[in-house]
Amino acid sequence: MQDLIHEYSAAIRNAAARKVPLRVCGGGSKDFYGGSLAGDKLEVAGYRGIIDYEPAELVISARGGTPLTEIEATLRDAGQMLAFEPPHFGSATLGGCIASGLSGPRRAHAGAVRDFVLGIRLLDGRGDDLRFGGRVMKNVAGFDVSRLIAGSLGTLGVITEASLKVLPLSAAETTLRFEKSTAEAIALMNAWAGRALPISATCHHGNLLSVRLSGAAAAVHAAHQQLGGEEIADAAAFWEGLREHALDFFRTSQPLWRLSLKSTTPPLELSGTQLIEWGGALRWLASDANPQTIRAAASAGGGHATLFRADNKSAGVFQPLSPALMKIHRELKQAFDPAGIFNPGRLYPDF
Amino acid sequence: MAVQSIEIKRQHAVVGALAAFLPSHALLYEREDVRPYECDGLSAYHQLPMVVALPETTEQVQRILRVCFELGVPVVARGAGTGLSGGALPRGDGVLLSLAKFTRILDIDPPARTARVQCGVRNLAISDAVAAHGLYYAPDPSSQIACTIGGNVAENAGGMHCLKYGLTVHNIVGLQAFTIEGEPLAIGGAGLDAPGYDLLALLTGSEGLLAVITEITVKLLPRPSRAQCILAAFDDVAQAGQAVTAIIAAGIVPAALELMDRLTISAVEPFVNAGYPLDAAAILLCEADGMDAEVTAEIARLETILDANGASEIRISQNEAERVRAWAGRKAAFGAAGRVSPDYYCMDGTIPKKALPQMLTAIAALSQQYGLRCMNVFHAGDGNLHPLILYDANRPGQLEQAERFGHDILRLSIKAGGTITGEHGVGIEKIDAMCEQFRAPELGTFHRIKAAFDPRALLNPGKAVPTLQRCAEFGRMHVHAGQEKFPALSRF
Repeated sequence: MQDLIHEYSAAIRNAAARKVPLRVCGGGSKDFYGGSLAGDKLEVAGYRGIIDYEPAELVISARGGTPLTEIEATLRDAGQMLAFEPPHFGSATLGGCIASGLSGPRRAHAGAVRDFVLGIRLLDGRGDDLRFGGRVMKNVAGFDVSRLIAGSLGTLGVITEASLKVLPLSAAETTLRFEKSTAEAIALMNAWAGRALPISATCHHGNLLSVRLSGAAAAVHAAHQQLGGEEIADAAAFWEGLREHALDFFRTSQPLWRLSLKSTTPPLELSGTQLIEWGGALRWLASDANPQTIRAAASAGGGHATLFRADNKSAGVFQPLSPALMKIHRELKQAFDPAGIFNPGRLYPDF
Repeated sequence: MAVQSIEIKRQHAVVGALAAFLPSHALLYEREDVRPYECDGLSAYHQLPMVVALPETTEQVQRILRVCFELGVPVVARGAGTGLSGGALPRGDGVLLSLAKFTRILDIDPPARTARVQCGVRNLAISDAVAAHGLYYAPDPSSQIACTIGGNVAENAGGMHCLKYGLTVHNIVGLQAFTIEGEPLAIGGAGLDAPGYDLLALLTGSEGLLAVITEITVKLLPRPSRAQCILAAFDDVAQAGQAVTAIIAAGIVPAALELMDRLTISAVEPFVNAGYPLDAAAILLCEADGMDAEVTAEIARLETILDANGASEIRISQNEAERVRAWAGRKAAFGAAGRVSPDYYCMDGTIPKKALPQMLTAIAALSQQYGLRCMNVFHAGDGNLHPLILYDANRPGQLEQAERFGHDILRLSIKAGGTITGEHGVGIEKIDAMCEQFRAPELGTFHRIKAAFDPRALLNPGKAVPTLQRCAEFGRMHVHAGQEKFPALSRF
């Protein structure tokens, strides 16, 4: 396996010397996401396999090319899970999961990918084989490069290995459904999040609010008693559909926007259809509305808008950064990838 | 460490530039006035700062930074000065930037469960301010009465409840900061993520090397309906370590899971009268919180597991007073160390939980070897060790012996697959141990990240990340053939 690291490293050095862009590719499941896909493919899915997993440590270490399904099956056998519920969108790998930084329905309650990344092994733009963080929960030695890499879309380096914190599966789970307007649902999701309830996911679409409770049986039962609502039968399929964007809402020909906002932001007055997750903090919008209007609405909500899926991405995928932040982004890019070869244009057109 | 002397001419120039906009009470430079700033919580290291600036507005912070950038003056930011790694140790050629006056809570948003606070607000003051809404700020470092949220972000502070509720990095959503050039940065936002690189995570735990943080938006959590504590005594420390593993393996993530050894128990008991069993080799304190029925169920499971793993005695708190009493001893451990010994040296290594028993055995052997007592207090649930090495600085050679003892523990932590610091930071204290944890290429990356924010290396230089020269002099650099590529890197 170490041969592959040498092989990738040589390919990177070669590309850097010739200033030829590389398009880092794991499972290719998220090719739709982000800006341009420029450069020669650097296939890294071959470096795969679980390296170390001891359930009592609550940590799993695996190679970047390991299919997420393999990791999840291993964890499930030991009664554990990736609590950030990453979407797969196809044949996802661990490396791609971390690089894209996408988290699923449990995110508002359990945390995001970056919250669970404890350590990474990375090939930077010089082809150097680097290790940051580790396999322990608490580690403040050196800058937190592991978390910086999460969500950087492969623009800073190739993730060859990662260690993640894992959590026990919930002993009990149930999903309650309520008929609520968008405004009512936003108010309720925020009010409930302010109480000690075992809520693990929320979703509002149309006039239906779905709330998943996960935890000890006693807690789930008590919370159900407090909240009321109608228990639904095929809940696992529903949450899976939300996580993988397989629900009808996501089968749209309109551009799909992802608005990450303050959870209490009132219903957005934008054309198109909406689906709300994360206790109100994530709003999916299928809309042909003017991108400027959508981005302005996101800013007003204390957040940002991403053009998540679209044929035409000329409006830019990610919300533009302030000049001061963009300067630091460029400097960081330069620090990790001085020849500018990794995934140019995937995150921002500038680099 | 050699103490730097202060160059009077330089001092006058810097004071002159700062006095143009800072009122006289916000600018200290007389020896007796700057003396209180000569050290932080790690008092073994001290150094008088050339100048202390105590700004009251963010505009003043910005102007101070601009002046320092232009004049090439190093800047060390300081909150309450409770840090345990010397991160706020001043420089004799620098400005100590005290942010103690930024104590305002700017906004509390109960429905969104966030609070926007200035960097000098004390950790516990946040929870106090939001208590009426049934909310609290989760990270609870033991210094939470005094430490500031700005310092917590700089160190990525943890505490007793981070196994379940996370570290500072998991509990903040936004920052306002200034670069050394005085450029304002708005990082994160009101949502759960932000576009671009995760600078919020990068700045958290960056020990004042990248930017000066002036404002933080923290996440607030609902106060659990109930918390209950279980105390288990063990005749053997290793057995207590195994019980910790068994609890986690059973799928329980307790709100807190702490271990104290016999020396600690005997030191704290006369101090707090918590009723700890003095004959135990170790005790575990384990807390369950959440909904009423959930806590009852979890405590019952914990009792079964602790019993099955050889606990000689199990006590369950029957009311809030008993719970608070059970924790009082743990919270007083550092204070007790100061009572039973003239000085103590607190370590902060983190190791995989499975290595706990062997680490305890190794520490006992080192204690014999160095002839110094060591109290063991652990955040057992996440493998974060706080061995307190007891020594007497007035006895020649004891500080050096304590430091050597501590360094041996850090080396063992690295060997066990862990880290030299779980929550206290590297600061000046563990700067040489960094040479053992990281190789030259990783240190090179850290230096480049630093340069991306602070090209002239003026923010807290000399802390957190050792220069390669320093590591070479220290003689423990993991240098492999062909990997020493950054000989020309500037020092910071």
